[in-house]
Amino acid sequence: MNINEIRAQFPTLHREVNGKPLVYFDNGATSQKPQSVIDRITQYYTDENANIHRGVHTLSQEATSNYESARKTIQDYIGASSEVEIIFTKGTTDSINLVAHSFGELMQAGDEVVISAMEHHSNIVPWQMLCEKKDCKLKILPMNEQGELLLDELDQLLTDRTKLVAVTHISNSLGTINDVDEIIRKAHNVGAKVLIDGAQSVQHLDVDVGKLDCDFYAFSGHKLFGPTGVGILYGKRELLEQMPPYQGGGDMIKEVTLEKTTYNTLPHKFEAGTPNIAGGIGLGAAFEFLSKLDMSALVEHEQDLLDYATEQLEKIDGLKIYGTAKTKTSVVSFLIEGTHPYDVGTLLDKLGIAVRTGHHCTQPVMQFYNIPGTIRASFAFYNTREEIDRMIAALDRIIPMLKD
Amino acid sequence: MDTITEKEEAIIDEFSIYDDWMDKYEYIIELGKDLPLIDDDQKTEDKLIKGCQSRVWLSAEKRDGKMKYTADSDAIITKGIIALLIRVLNNEKPEDIAKAELRFIKAIGLQEHLSPTRSNGLVSMVKQMKMNALKQVS
Repeated sequence: MNINEIRAQFPTLHREVNGKPLVYFDNGATSQKPQSVIDRITQYYTDENANIHRGVHTLSQEATSNYESARKTIQDYIGASSEVEIIFTKGTTDSINLVAHSFGELMQAGDEVVISAMEHHSNIVPWQMLCEKKDCKLKILPMNEQGELLLDELDQLLTDRTKLVAVTHISNSLGTINDVDEIIRKAHNVGAKVLIDGAQSVQHLDVDVGKLDCDFYAFSGHKLFGPTGVGILYGKRELLEQMPPYQGGGDMIKEVTLEKTTYNTLPHKFEAGTPNIAGGIGLGAAFEFLSKLDMSALVEHEQDLLDYATEQLEKIDGLKIYGTAKTKTSVVSFLIEGTHPYDVGTLLDKLGIAVRTGHHCTQPVMQFYNIPGTIRASFAFYNTREEIDRMIAALDRIIPMLKD
Repeated sequence: MDTITEKEEAIIDEFSIYDDWMDKYEYIIELGKDLPLIDDDQKTEDKLIKGCQSRVWLSAEKRDGKMKYTADSDAIITKGIIALLIRVLNNEKPEDIAKAELRFIKAIGLQEHLSPTRSNGLVSMVKQMKMNALKQVS
């Protein structure tokens, strides 16, 4: 496996920023796109554009077939048992909101939802809204200083009123890989369903929803080398069948009269309106790109980047890493004593290095550590040790400027 | 006394000697370090302008017909830019402040810090400085 050959397929990685070659360490926010995905979207709009489903003309049938074949590619990749379990959404946030709305309709006052202390706002707010609307109770699974969930405490939180446990597979701000197998097992023991927020996972881990036995799995296309504005909700078929639709409109109906509507079958029941066709096809291309790679070798490379960055960063005086779990993906969040993340991020950018600063949409995690935010470097498999060296050299230059 | 525009021109002039980004920022950071601080006990909620990335405290009053501003931030680059804004707007008449266009920010290449999406409190601070001045005009 040659990282340079992989890098060569990502045009954005070869541009300059502020006169310096770009070092892109903001993969937790979004990944860059390989040429094959860009070309596939261009090809769709150049040659194949038509509205899908129910069109009798050739173009529409071709577009439908390409869109549905993307669904099949994604189903195969994540190990779902049927393509009807793959719902196209706008992204992770949309997927979670769909579940909060439609699965939420099956909940009664007094029912309980469990989330964890390290969730992204998009896996907190929909549940707060649901609990307020349905008079349900939201419980929080706590974490320790290292950023590891206290799984023993889950036993106390789960009751016969727990209807859903919604946790992230990987923390976007701390990098922790959670033991979702154990969470799913424990939740199922009390009859609760489990939603896994996989926004940070499919690009870093070998995710198989069948093996996991989770009930829902939500992720975004743009973080795994696909386009923005498209994502997936995987749901177990029997659950999706029971849930009422999310939004009403075209495509999700079987028959409409002015008095009553019957709904379409899965997955279309949850896909009202003209979908993001180019996005879906582009996401299919991203999965085709991924399936050609040796993922286990790339996971190893990402672990090497994490270990190397951690070791190099720890040498910097006054630097503290937040998120030191035993199992971590390639995300390093840190602060440097006597400096503000905004300043560090601004100056790194001037040296061509893109990192993220702030609370990373996980304000409760920042409150837990009593910090305003962090500097986060998040690596993808196309990053290199040389790029980490450049970040370290840049920090060595910046820190004396900022300190008194 | 310099007018607002003259003070802006002087800043543009000072910044014209820097052709490297890092030198320019080094200068902004120095300005930030020199900015008189607001005492911690004065950093009250009513003076706080919340940004997602950095926080800004601003206090304003009118003395002898002129506006007097003091401000602070937890981020030093934000503070450096505050120092420039204060240098331009301090001791000016409220009516002049209210109509100041502050073109120098763009001219010295710092407009990204005054982008609303940057969320560092600076855009709101400029608005607040003008609001404070406007209140004194009527």
